[in-house]
Amino acid sequence: MQVIRLEKRPQPSQVWTWATPLLAVLATMIAGGILFAILGKDPFEAIRTIFWDPLFGEFSSYSRPQLLVKAGPLILIAVGLSLGFRAGIWNIGAEGQYIMGAICAAAVALAAYPSESVLIFPAMIVAGALGGLFWAMIPAFLRVRFGTNEILVSLMLVYVAENILAYMALGPLRNPEGMGFPGSRNLSQYPAAANLELLPGTGMHWGVVAALVAVIFGYILLSRHILGFQIRLAGQSPRAAAFSGVNPARLILICLGAAGALAGLAGMFEVAGPAGRISIDFNVGYGFTAIIVAFLGRLHPAGILLAGLLMALTYIGGELAQLTLGLPTAAIQLFQGMLLFFLLAVDVLTNYRIRFARREAA
Amino acid sequence: MDLSAISPTLLLAALMVAATPIMLAAIGELVVERAGVLNLGVEGMMITGAICGFIVAVNTGSATLGFVGAAVGGAVLSLLFGVLTQYLLSNQVATGLALTLFGIGLASLLGQGYVGVRAPSVPKIDIPVLSDIPVLGPILFQHDPVVYLGLALVVAVWLFLRRARAGLVLRAVGENHEAAHALGYKVIRIRLMAIAFGGACAGLGGAYLSLVRVPQWTEGVTAGAGWIALAIVVFASWRPGRLLVGAYLFGGITVLQLNLQAARVQIPVEVLSMSPYIVTIVALVALSARKGRGSSAPGSLGQSFHASR
Repeated sequence: MQVIRLEKRPQPSQVWTWATPLLAVLATMIAGGILFAILGKDPFEAIRTIFWDPLFGEFSSYSRPQLLVKAGPLILIAVGLSLGFRAGIWNIGAEGQYIMGAICAAAVALAAYPSESVLIFPAMIVAGALGGLFWAMIPAFLRVRFGTNEILVSLMLVYVAENILAYMALGPLRNPEGMGFPGSRNLSQYPAAANLELLPGTGMHWGVVAALVAVIFGYILLSRHILGFQIRLAGQSPRAAAFSGVNPARLILICLGAAGALAGLAGMFEVAGPAGRISIDFNVGYGFTAIIVAFLGRLHPAGILLAGLLMALTYIGGELAQLTLGLPTAAIQLFQGMLLFFLLAVDVLTNYRIRFARREAA
Repeated sequence: MDLSAISPTLLLAALMVAATPIMLAAIGELVVERAGVLNLGVEGMMITGAICGFIVAVNTGSATLGFVGAAVGGAVLSLLFGVLTQYLLSNQVATGLALTLFGIGLASLLGQGYVGVRAPSVPKIDIPVLSDIPVLGPILFQHDPVVYLGLALVVAVWLFLRRARAGLVLRAVGENHEAAHALGYKVIRIRLMAIAFGGACAGLGGAYLSLVRVPQWTEGVTAGAGWIALAIVVFASWRPGRLLVGAYLFGGITVLQLNLQAARVQIPVEVLSMSPYIVTIVALVALSARKGRGSSAPGSLGQSFHASR
């Protein structure tokens, strides 16, 4: 009788490390196609609408710039998250840090309104990063000081941040000229605070620039800096890290702090540009999707760059499929969840070798 | 502001109802974690249970069948997590997160035609004689059967872990899977059963939200209840008795803040709505600060098991 056995590899396979994400995308396309067929859509047309049409289809001049607009915040947040995930520090509250960064940045801009000072935009950047940093420091401090589980605290704080967002949109930050409607002034129409397209028709804004800078810094940090080495060591072998003098508390503060600051920045660029204003439904789940992006990119900055673009494509393609094929939005959400599932499933090939062996007589 | 409108009796009765979904999900997760598996997908399984239960209840007209459907839906989804973590040895934290993201997407897809639909009501049972006791009667003995099912499950799990041989085996698997394997116990099979039980309980908890608490289907109906259930397991130090305390504490805060909102207290609604989450954080901090060195978490919690021979 043939049985399948898993044999642990002495080293994770280099080939499979990069082949598994591709395999996972392929598997998701097949499973997604079956899902779309069940929903009564032509699977080939649906897959083409999601992955091909946004880039090369008839509406591509509109949808192509959206790729960078959506990928920017995803990449920015995912690079920050990947540092912690590598070290075994699980910050899953990036959505809350994103919201707090946006609120702080918008508050600075609205306090200065209608000044035309060139210092407003830089001040917003600082405020956004600090807002996210502060929100991430809560779970970090509680973990370091009391040993409280950072997964649960950071997640609970998302719900707290959503309530603060609602309070701000209806209260202190509400547009005084908005005739009582909830939501703040539109920052993208306030030149000193607006985060506009840098090159017309590309979707390139300062948030995308920041994301690229974060990718480069992340790469240098992980591959060339002692801190990056400590992060990788702490994740692979906490005991070895302790013996080599890694201070776990410092690592927790740095990893959560960096993730929070980057998520806050992403919120700042979003509120000053594509979203434009603080409103009750400002956050659309980038902080959670970034978790998928981080894993799909193998927690490696270059991989995250590609994964962020791919995930942005599924967002835009999903919207397009909703318009042209009537595919429900939830189907895309499910599609993204499936991608992470398949990735985790095929990941077994990276760390284990599959052996077909004859069962030995007992 | 009119605090006198809040009746303590009704408040306590509502507390029992508010605590039930969290209690159901938490008792399931407690068993899963005692078997050494950390399933962070409770939120996803709960919301899937909520919609599965709702669909079955609406189409069959029976709330009881709805709860059965919810348990099955939750268990099936949890087995996806089981296969990935137990056979394909994926990281449990990441897989649990994936389960939540997947479950939320699945639930909103399944629930498309069910927004605004009315579900069959769940009858309350008045326990004869006992329900006529003044004060205590309305608080304890005039609820729907699921409230008592939740309590019964907590007692059953307590007895199982403490008194049953199978419970001892399950704890052994959770404390040290290598040793349990060496003794000949089927680590993976036991864990899969625990995971399925956890999924079924989370499904029941979700269906309680969509069929009794709310009672209708809206997207995001669970609103973090699954995560609070996870927090309550930690708060309870993995013991069923304390889990009851945690669930009632949380239920009490939820009910109190809703009553304060209705009484138009001079506190912003948003501050009241965020209070259950803040209280959960404070409870977690208080517990971890007090615990000090000796952690009561199961020894093999969150680790993959791969039998090399």
